[in-house]
Amino acid sequence: MANIALDKVTKRFGRVVAVNGLSLEIHHGEFFCVLGPPGAGKTTTLRLIVGLEQPEEGNILIDGEIANEIHPGRRDIAMMFQNLALYPDKTVFDNIAYPLRERKMPQEQIQARVTSVAKKLYIDHLLQRKPAKLSGGERQRVALGRSLVREPRAYLMDEPLANLDALLRLEMRVELKRLQQELKQTLVYVTHDQVEAMSMADRIAVLNHGVLQQCDVPDVIYSLPTNRFVATVIGSPPTNFIPADVSRVPGELLVAHPAFTLRAAGEGHPLAAALVKNGALPAKTLVGVRPEDLQVFAASPGPDGLPAQVSVIEPLGGETVVDLLFGPDIIKAVIPPDQQFSEGQAVWIRFDPDRIHFFDATSGVRNYTTGRTAGLICAGRVSV
Amino acid sequence: MASIRLENLRKAFGPVVAVDNLSLEIPDGAFAALLGPSGCGKSTTMNMIAGLEIPSSGTIYFSGRPMTDVPPGKRGVGFVFQNYAIFSHMTVAENIGFGLKIAHQHKADIRREVAEVAKLLQLAPMLDMNAGRLSINDMQKVALGRSMITKPGIFLLDEPFSNLDAAFREYMRGELKRIQRRLGQTMIYVTHDQVEAMSMADKIAVMYCGELYQFGSPDEVYNWPENQFVARFIGSPNMNFINCRYQAENGRGFLVQKAGGAKTLVDDQRRRLLEAQTNSDDLVLGIRPEHLKVGCQEADQNCWEASVYAIEPLGPKTVIHLKVAEDLIQVIAPSGYRPHVGERQYIGLAPGRMHIFAGKTKAVIR
Repeated sequence: MANIALDKVTKRFGRVVAVNGLSLEIHHGEFFCVLGPPGAGKTTTLRLIVGLEQPEEGNILIDGEIANEIHPGRRDIAMMFQNLALYPDKTVFDNIAYPLRERKMPQEQIQARVTSVAKKLYIDHLLQRKPAKLSGGERQRVALGRSLVREPRAYLMDEPLANLDALLRLEMRVELKRLQQELKQTLVYVTHDQVEAMSMADRIAVLNHGVLQQCDVPDVIYSLPTNRFVATVIGSPPTNFIPADVSRVPGELLVAHPAFTLRAAGEGHPLAAALVKNGALPAKTLVGVRPEDLQVFAASPGPDGLPAQVSVIEPLGGETVVDLLFGPDIIKAVIPPDQQFSEGQAVWIRFDPDRIHFFDATSGVRNYTTGRTAGLICAGRVSV
Repeated sequence: MASIRLENLRKAFGPVVAVDNLSLEIPDGAFAALLGPSGCGKSTTMNMIAGLEIPSSGTIYFSGRPMTDVPPGKRGVGFVFQNYAIFSHMTVAENIGFGLKIAHQHKADIRREVAEVAKLLQLAPMLDMNAGRLSINDMQKVALGRSMITKPGIFLLDEPFSNLDAAFREYMRGELKRIQRRLGQTMIYVTHDQVEAMSMADKIAVMYCGELYQFGSPDEVYNWPENQFVARFIGSPNMNFINCRYQAENGRGFLVQKAGGAKTLVDDQRRRLLEAQTNSDDLVLGIRPEHLKVGCQEADQNCWEASVYAIEPLGPKTVIHLKVAEDLIQVIAPSGYRPHVGERQYIGLAPGRMHIFAGKTKAVIR
């Protein structure tokens, strides 16, 4: 039984459909990220789970029970917002103790629980301070502590790190992940930052315009995105999309572009079958290649080298992004920092033959990917 | 086109000194970034260059000419701000052409120039659309076009893309750089995002608390940071820092970790520098995560014993967090690498890649 589930949930605000037929299953103890651009419906999803919004259609289930009619205060789910909303006149101790006092817990129990939570968050030395005298990161931990003491069935967080500066955000990411793994609690975490989602989540649900695009482990979302949107949202820089023409000649399927031709030999090649729509081959397809799956050479590396020209160079320090003129298109490649090219230089590129995607030119759905198609199996984490 | 020189620029708002003794030279046609955390004085500096703020002291020169008494409208600068402020009741074409219309240019000329700018920004299919109906990404492009069309010699941009989505921001980085190369304007770009500054700028001014901490090319600020602030601010994941003291032993020099005693051999050149230091007990060793390696052997030179603290899979690479005694270190490992938390590891340093900073002053020792 899932810890939290949404079953074909739809939520409208006037004419805007914020969440559209959304079905999700969140497992016990899972770090579950909801990822999407602003307006995707992520916050609405969270508010539906906690009960601050009611669905027009569909059900919210908590531990198997339909919770639509249950008041948010009774769902036993803790929600942490972006503006932490700490009580400015209360000490750290009283802020964290607040939900327990509301429950009329005995004083010694409150003392024990608050101190234990504060220790876990490394703020036990700050218990007598007030929020104004804390740093941003410390305030974050107090807000976290206030959620943790309740020992709820699940935690919901809405972009909790968005207001922190870059360095603190990176630190808190690691701490949050560790804490979640230690406590083995379900955490539903909303973010627009794909790096955050990739680095922390056990599974990610990618939303766009209120519709679920894909829900899977990070490795699969990265290497087998369901459509163009997911392939753009995940990975930085995003996937390159290169429009190409599809045609069949005797014995071969050709995917042709001014700068290259891909050949799928044989009548029964899986690519042909994958591209066919409504009984016919489409005239066009979108070839998708991630910038990190491209190699750039100063001299031709061999028959699979494709000529291109350097447009601009974006040095990022630890790696370099090269913008390339490739036929009529501009694509990006990520190369090691010690490789030097100059603007305007004629170069050769090579696609990683195991990582070429084909997307439908109209719908954006991913039709086919070359190479290994199973998710990665890693020690300690098995992909679904 | 103009070069810009700032000479001892200072701006105080009452007791708050927003910019202090800032001196910089930006060559004609260069793309410069003012980079730093919020409150560092970058926007104030840009506003002074624009003429929107008057310096408390110091001078600004455009191509050698002091701008002290020149109002903003006469400085030949174009602006793009974060809140694009386009005219939502006008079409895209009317928005972009606005500056030329005000300058009473001929309709045919305006039409031609608008078409050129629209092509450059990939807005051509939207020229007759009402600007208020565009996506926020396209609205910002229109704002860019509206400024570009008057061909200002100096282009000032204040975090123009910071509230737009990540994929668009990344796409605009390459675009803006291409446009700047093509038009040849001197561009000053204010941002708190070091990736933006690194990818676009020819020279980056790293600022903090109103002061300039380093002014250099991306290669310089990344590989040759002059102080610990720049070293930490530039690069992601950020550089690792370990408090150390210097120790000489049998004619060789070592940096010894204060928290746990891990030893790192320093080369002869650095040994001589460190021995000449007055305070070699208070040093900081800096090394970037990509210059550390997991999976070394215990007996290797410059290898630290560590235990795995956390693992961050990031798609094409993985960041491993390890504890070396009490110090938390980040190391970049290949994509599928998945050790167990608590596992013992030996991490190796590339000695040519370490930076040494003085503990008190935070300045690099080189």
